[in-house]
Parts: sequence; C-alpha cells; structure tokens
Amino acid sequence: MAAESPDHMTDPGKLGYSIRRHLHERFIEVLLFLSAVLSVAIMLAIIVMLVKESVVFFQHVSLWDFLTDTQWTPLFDDAHYGILPLVAGTVVSSLIALLVALPLGTIIAIYLSEFAPFTIREISKPFLELLGGIPTVVYGYFALLFVTPMLQIIFPELPGFNLLSAGLVMGIMIIPYVSSMTEDAMRAVPMNLREGSYAMGATRLQTAIRVVMPAAFSGIAAAYILGISRAVGETMVVAIAAGMQPNLTWNPMEPAATITAYIVQVSLGDLPHGSIGYQTIFAAGLTLLILTLIFNIIGHLLRKRYREIY
Amino acid sequence: MMQIDQGAVSEQIQYKSEVKNLSFFYGGFNALKNINMVLHDKKITALIGPSGCGKSTFLRCFNRMHDLYPGNRYQGEIILHPDNVNILAQNVDPIEVRMRISMVFQKPNPFPKSIYENVAYGLRVRGIKQRAILDECVESALRNSALWDEVKDRQHDLAFNLSGGQQQRLCIARALATDPEILLFDEPTSALDPIATASIEELITDLKNKVTILIVTHNMQQAARVSDYTAYMYLGELIEFNVTDTIFIKPKNKQTEDYITGRFG
Repeated sequence: MAAESPDHMTDPGKLGYSIRRHLHERFIEVLLFLSAVLSVAIMLAIIVMLVKESVVFFQHVSLWDFLTDTQWTPLFDDAHYGILPLVAGTVVSSLIALLVALPLGTIIAIYLSEFAPFTIREISKPFLELLGGIPTVVYGYFALLFVTPMLQIIFPELPGFNLLSAGLVMGIMIIPYVSSMTEDAMRAVPMNLREGSYAMGATRLQTAIRVVMPAAFSGIAAAYILGISRAVGETMVVAIAAGMQPNLTWNPMEPAATITAYIVQVSLGDLPHGSIGYQTIFAAGLTLLILTLIFNIIGHLLRKRYREIY
Repeated sequence: MMQIDQGAVSEQIQYKSEVKNLSFFYGGFNALKNINMVLHDKKITALIGPSGCGKSTFLRCFNRMHDLYPGNRYQGEIILHPDNVNILAQNVDPIEVRMRISMVFQKPNPFPKSIYENVAYGLRVRGIKQRAILDECVESALRNSALWDEVKDRQHDLAFNLSGGQQQRLCIARALATDPEILLFDEPTSALDPIATASIEELITDLKNKVTILIVTHNMQQAARVSDYTAYMYLGELIEFNVTDTIFIKPKNKQTEDYITGRFG
C-alpha cells in the first residue's frame, strides 16, 4: 500500500484527481476575474451616473441648444446652456499645452535615450519625475503669479487671467509624462537595430529619428495620447490661472473657462441637489468624457494604421 | 606562435587592409592580444575559433562598432588601403569608416521600414534624395543579393514580412547598396535554416570578386566552403593565419589542428 502523501503530490502508479487543488485553482481564478471586473464595473457605474443625470438635464434643455448656443450662463436669470464656450476653452488651453509638451517631451526623450551618458540619465530622470509629482494647485499659482506677469512684460495688454499662461504651464506639467513614456518606448528598441543603423554610417540623430522612433511608434503614440488626455482633463491649473469665465473665444490671450474649471466652480457653490444648475455638472462631465474618448479612438486608429505601414 | 604565408607577404600591393599589433580592451578586460594580419583585396577571409575567442570583437574593430559603448579601448593599427590610413586613429571619424566598411549581423535586423527603404537607408543617410539614383541602387543591390526576383513587386511592403533568410539577404542588400570596400559578416547564417544558409553562402561566394569580405563563423565547413584565407583565434590571440586549404589540410599549429579536427572546441 502506498504511503500517504500530501495532496499536491500524486502517488506513483495512481493518477488521481485532487478536489482540493481544483477548488484552490477555481478560487484564484474567480479572485483574478473579480479584480478585472471591478475596474470595468467602476467605469460603467461612472458612465451610468453621468448619462442618468444628463438625461434629466436634456429634458430641460434641448440637445440642439446645448451644442449650438454660444453662451454658458446656467446660473444667471437669463440662463443659456451652450457648451461651446467651455469646449473652446478646453481645446485652446489643451492645444497650447500640447504644443509645449509633445515637442519638448519628445526631444528630452531622444536626448535621454540616445545621447545622454549613463550618469546624466540617472541623475536627470528622477528630477523629471519629480516635476510630475508637484501638486497641480502649485502649478496653478505658478501660472497665475509668475508666468502671467512674465508674459505681461512681452504682451502688456494681457489680462491677469488668460488661457495662454494656463496652457503653457499645463504643458510644462505634462512634459514628464510624455518624455518618460517616450523614453521607455525608445529604450525598449533592441540594440541590434541601432547597431544596424550605425553600421550603415548613420549619425546618432539619424539613428534616433529614422530607426528608433519608427520602431517605438506604438509606445510613443501611447505617450502622446496620455499627454492629450491629461491636458483635456486637467483642472486646477486652468481653474486658477485662466479665470473661470465661460467665454467663447479661440484667442489664448483672453480669460476663459474649460469644462473642468466649470465643474469645479459649480461644485464648490451650494447648488440644491436636483436643480438644473446641479445637472449641468453631469452634462459637462459627459461632454468631457466623450471628448477624451474621441482622442483615445483617434490614437487607437493612428496606431493601427502605422502598424500596418511599418 | 603565428605564421604568415610567405607567398602572401610578397604580394603587398593586394592588401586591402593590414592589422598591426592590434589589442582591444573592454574596460579592464584584454579581449584581443597583439593581432597581426592582413585582408587580401577582393578575397574572403574567415575568422574561426571557439566561443569567446574574440573573433566578433576583432570583426567589430573594423567598423569601429566598439565606439558606441563607453569604456572600450583600441591599441595598435588597422590600416585601410589604398589610403594607407589607420582607421582606429583618434582623428578618424567612425562614421567615415562605416561609410566605407559595411556590416551584416548575426541576427537579421531589418529596420521597421519597407523593403525599398531598408535598402535605400545607407544612401539616404548620405543625403542622396534623387529618386532615379535611389531606384537604380536599390534594384542593383537587390539583384546582387539575389532578392530582386522575390521582392520586385512588393518593394513597398514591410521588411518584417519577409522570411528569416530573405531578411538576411535584405540586410546584405542594405550593406551592398552603398558600394562598400569591405563587407563584414558576423556569423551571418547562425540564425538561419540549412536552405537559407546555403543561399547566403552562395551569395557570399558570388560577391567575392566585387568586395573584400571578412566573415566570422562558428561553422568550420562554412569557412572551408566559402573562404580563401582563414584565421584561427583562441583566447584573444591569432594562432594561425593562412590560405584556407592549408589551414584545413595541413595546419602548422597543433592547436589549430586540434580545433579543426574537432578534438577541441
């Protein structure tokens, strides 16, 4: 008779089936599944909440007015519910931020990944990441109290609250995200590709731009999309430095409110639950979500297209 | 320790390159020890020896590949003819060297570009933009690497879609497109199946009269099949260098004989 063995071992000549092991495996599997489901469930809950409250909002305000009205004054006696001023503010401030963050972030990544000696890379990376750890409210006041006065030296007629200063500082804030992810993507490119390029007589810059960046394209695209999402969703900097006045303008030298700045502004006040003003928060939030979703889809398509070419 | 064929020394004029007292250091590690050798013009020279003997390290001195990594140091000279210039000298730009000495790697490493752009790469980094010149050079390089018939209708496809053997021939085409004077092969067939290997070997033999070739190989039959001259290296030293037939039929050095007959290595 075979000696009794722990149940994770099989007795020689006796292939069996361990119920305990089976249950253990099932348990782990269910646990993993639940954690995966949780994130999806939270996402769905947010969407359901936004849509549910927005539906109430759209019973009072027609979708047409929401999309075409050029004023956003939901709390005034003469209430207007046009989202365009907020979208314009968001787009202008994000564009400025991206004009700063994408080129600079990419250049920093190219330097760190392809040019910098080991010691410089090891020293500068933590500093860059520290830049991403500064609270956004600090950036907000940096924009309002430092960058705006500096800009006013060049443009004396620049108002104290403006999209330009908020966008520039937001760009600086996003640089570490873009550069860090772009650098990771570039450094993941195998050395033998670089050697192949150098062996053809290419310079470092030619190798970085013509071989390493195309090879890292999908990672770089992911970094850019993260940067765009950060810019569109950023709240504190624009709330503090751009002046929270809904203003339909494409001119960065003017004060304006973004979607996020409006949500902050209204949530801080004492709006009665269930009032139309309260519901505007959700309509604005849903717009923001859709905007971010559009960028993600564009990024996804871009990645797919370039994958096919390369 | 080392013997050079006396007959070869007398034809000094036919040398493409002369290696004089070459030593190489990875930081503190002395990987190559006082190597003296020549590359005969438009001939194939094979480097053989057990793993870690320094044959790839030696090969990579010829295009200054070691300059890419910090802490590496050359000593001695590699003279390139007809210029009679030491390519290891501090005042020689490694990029200039690589413009004239091309390399094919162990693992096929096509760039994430189309077949056409892969071959045109070397010309593009040299600033050539005229479509007609590029088209002509790409076609001739692809013909010379026996790839033209297989890819002429899909030159704008991604190079990654090619098979391993085709990718390696593409890398040879890429190296040939710039009309190099010396072509370095670092175990070009070790990642390939026997059929692909045969086609690469045939290709290398065909290239013989057009360009000077230095090839590192693990495979002694390959060295015997393709090369005119063979160098046997062991632990960073050049043990024996001679005409391939002599090395394989009656080597002068006991160590070489042991390695070739498989008693060692």
